[in-house]
Order: sequence, then C-alpha cells, then structure tokens
Amino acid sequence: MTLAEHMKRTFSLNRHLVQRLGFTFITLMAIATVLPIVATVLYILIQGASAISLEFLAGFPRDGMRAGGILPAIIGTLYLTIGTAIFSVPLGIAAAIYLSEYAADTPLTRTIRIAIINLAGIPSVVYGLFGLGLFVLFLNFGTSILAASLTLSIMTLPVIISTAEEALRAVPQAFRTVSISLGATRWQTIRRIVLKEALPGILTGVILGLERAAGETAPILFTGAAFFLPQLPGSPFDATMALPYHLFVISTQVPEMPIQIQYGTALVLLVFVLTMNLIATVIRSRARAKRQW
Amino acid sequence: MNKIIIENLSLQYSDGTESLRNINLGIREKAVTVLFGPAGGGKSTLLRCLNRLNDLTEVRASAGRILIDGENVLDADTDVITLRRKVGMVFARPVVLPMSIRENLTYGLELAGETRRSKLDEAVERSLKLAALWDEVKDRLEDPAIALSGGQQQRLCLARSLALQPEIILLDEPTSGLDPISTGKVEAALTELKKEYTIILVPHSVQQAARTADYAAFFLQGELIEYNEGKALFTAPKEKRTEDYITGRFG
Amino acid sequence: MEKSLNWREFVITRSIKASGYSAILFVALIFFFLVREGLPTFGEVESTSLLNIRWYPIEDRFGILPLITGSIMVTFGATLIAVPFGIGTAIYISEIAPRWVREILKPLVELLGGLPSVVLGFLGILVLSPFLRVFLDLPTGLTAFTGSLLLGGIAVPTVVSVAEDALDAVPRAYREGAWALGATRWQTIWRVTLPAARSGVITAIMLGIGRAIGETMTVMMVTGNAPVLATALGSLFSPVRTMTATIAAEMGEVASGSTHYHVLFFIGMVLFLISLGVNIAASSVVFRAKKRAERILS
Repeated sequence: MTLAEHMKRTFSLNRHLVQRLGFTFITLMAIATVLPIVATVLYILIQGASAISLEFLAGFPRDGMRAGGILPAIIGTLYLTIGTAIFSVPLGIAAAIYLSEYAADTPLTRTIRIAIINLAGIPSVVYGLFGLGLFVLFLNFGTSILAASLTLSIMTLPVIISTAEEALRAVPQAFRTVSISLGATRWQTIRRIVLKEALPGILTGVILGLERAAGETAPILFTGAAFFLPQLPGSPFDATMALPYHLFVISTQVPEMPIQIQYGTALVLLVFVLTMNLIATVIRSRARAKRQW
Repeated sequence: MNKIIIENLSLQYSDGTESLRNINLGIREKAVTVLFGPAGGGKSTLLRCLNRLNDLTEVRASAGRILIDGENVLDADTDVITLRRKVGMVFARPVVLPMSIRENLTYGLELAGETRRSKLDEAVERSLKLAALWDEVKDRLEDPAIALSGGQQQRLCLARSLALQPEIILLDEPTSGLDPISTGKVEAALTELKKEYTIILVPHSVQQAARTADYAAFFLQGELIEYNEGKALFTAPKEKRTEDYITGRFG
Repeated sequence: MEKSLNWREFVITRSIKASGYSAILFVALIFFFLVREGLPTFGEVESTSLLNIRWYPIEDRFGILPLITGSIMVTFGATLIAVPFGIGTAIYISEIAPRWVREILKPLVELLGGLPSVVLGFLGILVLSPFLRVFLDLPTGLTAFTGSLLLGGIAVPTVVSVAEDALDAVPRAYREGAWALGATRWQTIWRVTLPAARSGVITAIMLGIGRAIGETMTVMMVTGNAPVLATALGSLFSPVRTMTATIAAEMGEVASGSTHYHVLFFIGMVLFLISLGVNIAASSVVFRAKKRAERILS
C-alpha cells in the first residue's frame, strides 16, 4: 500500500467517523425533542387516570370547585368547538376554493395570501382583545359563547384555509379539464369532482384547526369564558365554562385545589384534543391508501 | 359538406407558447380530418378553440371566426356548455374520472339533467359498443375505472364523449401512450365512428396520420401549410416543407 | 365567459369570491379595533412615561419597558432551544430517519403543536418549576428560564414542519450530484442540502420566534409574573412578565374605557405589529427564494 493510498483510506475512514458521530448527534436531538412529548402525554394519562369517574365527568363542581365534576367545562368546550366550526368551516373552505379554483395570480390574490399568513401569526391573546373590542363591546354580544366562538373562528380560519387549499390543489388538473370538456360548469366540476376528491384532506385540516380552537384559552379569556357557573349555558348569549380555562383557573387561581382534580381536568382536555388529532391522522392515512390518482 | 369553417383564426397564449396565425380551414362532415405536424405547431390549440376549452387558459389575443353549422362559436354569446356537449374531446393521456366505469359514462348526461335510469343504461351500452369496449367491461360496470388497462381507459374516455351524442369528436393524440394492439382498436373504432360523426384527430405519428386521414392538414409553427385529401397529401404533397416532414427529414 | 351560469351558480360563485377576500377584511378589522381602543393611550399617558421602567397600573404607572424586556428575554431563551432542536429534528426526519421512523415522528411532532398551552403551563407549575428550583438552587422555579424551556417546546413544531418542508423540497438530484462527487451523506447535508434549503430554514426560525413571542398562557403560568426590567442575562433566572401575559392577566379586571384598558390594547397593537413584521419578513424571504429558483430553472 502506497502512502497516498494509506492517507486516502485514513481520510475516508475519518469522513465516515464524522458522519457516524454527526448522525448519532442529530438522532439524539430528535429523540430529545420527541421524548418529552411522549413523556408529557403519558405522565398526564397516568396521573389523571385515578380522578376519572362518572361523577367527575358527568357532575357539577362543588365546594368552590374543589370537589365534584367538570361537566359544565366539558359541555362548554364542546359548544365552543361546534360554534367555531359553524362559522369557520364554511368560510374557510369557501376561501380555499376561491384561492385554488378561481383566483388568478394578481396583486389582490397575493394580498389575500399575505393576510392569511398574518392571521396565522397573530398572537392568540390579541385575538382575545379583538373579540372583546368587536364582538363583546361593539356588537354588544356580551361575554358569550357567540362572541368566543366567533373569535376562535377567525383564529382557526388560516389553518383551515391553508390545509384545504393544499388538498384542493392536489387534485389533478386533468380531472377539471375533462369535466369541463364534458359540459360541466366550473361549480359543477368543483362540487362533483374536486371537492369529493379533496374531502379527506379538507376534513383533516378542519379537525386540526378545531383541535387548536378547543385547546385555546387566551382568545376566550375576555370573550366568553366563565370562572364558575352553577348550571349549563342556556343560549349562545350566555358565558360558558371551558376545559382549558378551567384548568388554568384551578391550577393558578384556586388555593388548596386537590391535585387529583387538576390532573383529571388536564387528562380530559388532553384526551379531547388527542382524539381529534387521532381522527385527523386516521382520515389522512386512509385517504392516502384509497386514493385513485 | 363542411361541418366546421375556420376563418382567419389567430391566437396567442399569454405565456408566449404556441400560437395560431391566420388559419383558414374547412372540416368535412362525417369524415376523419387529421391535423398533423411537429410539436408546438398549434394543432392542440386549434382543437381547444373548437370546444372553447381555451377559456380555461390565459389567452393574450385572438381574432377570426369558427363557424360550426353556420354559427360562430367564438362569439361571446355562445352557450359553451351546449357547445361542449356537441363537441366531444379525448385527450392524449387517458384521464378517467375517479369513479366507477358506469359513472364515468353517465357523468356528462347527469350534468345535462338526464336522470332516467333507462336512458342512462342505454347510453352506457351504446357508447361502450361504439368504442369497442362493451364486451370487455359489461360485467364490471361498477368497478373503479382506474382498474382498467391504459388502452381500455382511453376507449372509456372515447365512450364517455360518445355518451353525450356529440356531433363532432376531437382527439388529441389519443393513442400516444398506448401499445400497438390498443392503438389498432382505437383506430378501428374511428373507422366505424366516422360514418356518424365528424372527427378531428391529432395523430401521434405521421404513419397514423396516413393510415387514418380522409383529409389532412399540415401545421408548422402556428401556420396551416397545406390541406388536401389524405391520400393526395401523403402521396403527392405540394409543399416542400410538407414533403420534408412526411419523409422524415425533420420533426 | 360561461353563459349558462344560472342564478344558483352565480350566487355560489359570488359567495366563494367574497369568502376569499374575507382574510383581508379580518386583518383590517383586527388592526382597526386594536388602534381604536389602543390609540387613546397617547392622549392619556405621556409617551415618556410609557417608556418608564415601572409597570404599576394601580398607581397609574404604565412603563411598558419591563414587559418588552420580559418578552424579549423569554423569547430569546425559547429561540435558543427551539432553533437547534427544531432544525436538528427536521434534518433527522427529512435526511436520516428510515421511512417507518419518519411516519411515527411526523405525527408526534404535530401532536406537540396541538397540545393546549395551558396543559404545558400546568405541568410547568407542578413538575418543571419545582424541579428547576431545586436543581438550580433558585428562590423560585417560576422564572424566565422556565418559560423559555416550555416556550421552546411550543415553538419546536413550527420550526420542524417549516424547515422539514424546505429540506424536502430540495431536489433529489442535488444530493445525488454531491454523492456522485464522493461526498458522504453528512457532508451533503451540510454543504448542499441545508444551503439549498436556506430560505425555508430562515423562514422556519422566524415563524418559530413569532410563535414564541405570541404565546400567552404558558408564560403567564410559569414566568412568575413580575414586571421587573430585565437588564442582564442573569434575569433569565428570575421572575419576569411578558406583554402577552400582562394583557391576559389584567384585561379581565379593568374597566372598559379606562386608561389601563387603553394601554393594554396599545400593547396588543405592538404585538400585532411585531407579528405582522415577522410574518411579512418571513414570507418575503420565501418569495425571493422562489423568484431565484425560477430564474435558475428557466
């Protein structure tokens, strides 16, 4: 073996050593990122499990929330999620259809895109301020499910629009051309072909958006969340308890709060959110497997 | 008799690709007219003008007239939906819609408002027979269309256009992705179809052009160079450029 | 145009277009209401006292400097965590991980993005801060550092998903070219793939920072809520209070129309403008990169 060959080999050995070390390092970083996520979820599942009982899930809070159940908070979060969906889903999907099927690349379209990116970046507490200013005070909805749902809707909109648009754009252009050539109008083409094919992707986006809305606290702080309510809200103009706000309240505002109830509440909120996440993931992977294009 | 008369047609796309320059051409009824020439010559663009599919593309400028049965289809008042039902189109790549074989065939009819099951069934059978596909799929009409082979898919696309009972059929390199046997089947179907329909075919090779043409038009860079009866044009081209292309000197 | 549009199609098309424009309307509305409620601040509080170092609303002291430094402090710490871990994870997912690992990791990171911030704040109070207090021997575990740790975690999914998209978009031919020249995969990542994805990675970092500045509940719960001016890096280990937490904590108790109310809206306006700046900057980086790519490819 000549010296040159020897050097070459040493050099390449080094290079591969560097690569192995580098890969190990990056892998460790990925593990360090993901492990806490898994640990957090498991920890809450384990700590909270013992608090779960029928009374906890289906009962009202008692003794200044230090005993009893969290039913009003569960129902409240359900109401807020549904309320958010009512406003944001049709609007978000329609906006996505506009961007994907109608809009040409004009300055106006670019402005819309920048607006959407900005909506996505606005801090959640600023949405809270906006909701307070517009819905609660200016439109006089009061601190209510309606005001909170509207606030959450606008916050959720960019998530729904961007995922739905992506799903619509993924539908091959050729389907549209063929449909038009068979005498379909643009809207018939969208309704019968494009929307049908993009549905799983749109649904995934909708659920992920609503999942975020369900877990948010800051936007509802001054628009619809109630500290404590002895009965369930009776109309959209009532304030409501909500799981995330309730967790915030009992973990920071109520002295001598039993730890069990805190973990139990965190668990219910987590399960609520994780279930939505799981549904979205399942829809997406099943649609990918079934896709015909 | 001329079914279609194209007068002084010029067109340019916004992105500067393909264009048409002052085309004058008559298309004979119940015959196969072949538009051929090298890529980018404007053949597909011309096809897409005939059923106004160009409405979907950004066009910078256009001028001229296209008369179908005496009516100018480029007119702003034209009912494009009716026009597209009258002028069927088959594309280069077989694009079956993501639904069953049957639904592919009934799609256009349902859009046109046909709901009677008997009429739909009738159309399915008739169009599949015309496209020489009936025997192969009659027992599996509810299967997803994507499960068919490439050649079958293209014949399904042909049948799909036929289901609307058009008068004119545009075929844009319909056999470019097919094997020789499937190509033969499509060409055989065309021979049958021209008894009833006006057919305009952009072939994928000069050989196919020569095999199928009753009439032929040679296009080069957006211009119509020569038009004649098929036999005459392929055996004795008048233009030097046509001859060069046919004999394979370029393109 | 298509002539046989019936009235139904007409109505649908119109409402779809209107929905498309709605995003612009909402951004404008948000800005309008922030300005409407926030701008009176200038008539009620002198601008010099806004730049005071004391935030003590009960005595009409509205110095927002401590809140700004609090936000900067916590965001800075969060960035130090989110950027390396986020980009490292993105590199791992896109360049190193085998397919099946990727299929598990991506939804997991997405899951972190979906965890409600109250839940993280809650665990911060109960688990992380007691641990840090003992481990770092601090008087309290509720510090800017605690907030930074959690906020880093919250910003990670944003960084990962944007950076991973950018890495994924680098054409395979670039990598193959580098391998063909004898580069190892490791060298290829650093010398070819990452530089090619640079603009996307920068966007990822900016959006991550934006996410951290705007986060509210977690920081409110774990940073100790002390509006003290942070002057040195040492303040990282003492309680602070951010702009977002101040709004969240105090808005519920102020009378609408009061000076305090207006100042809180003014802070909201500042936050809005910061996020506007970050997002426009981030999208213009992407836009420029796209232009460049078009030039190269055409």
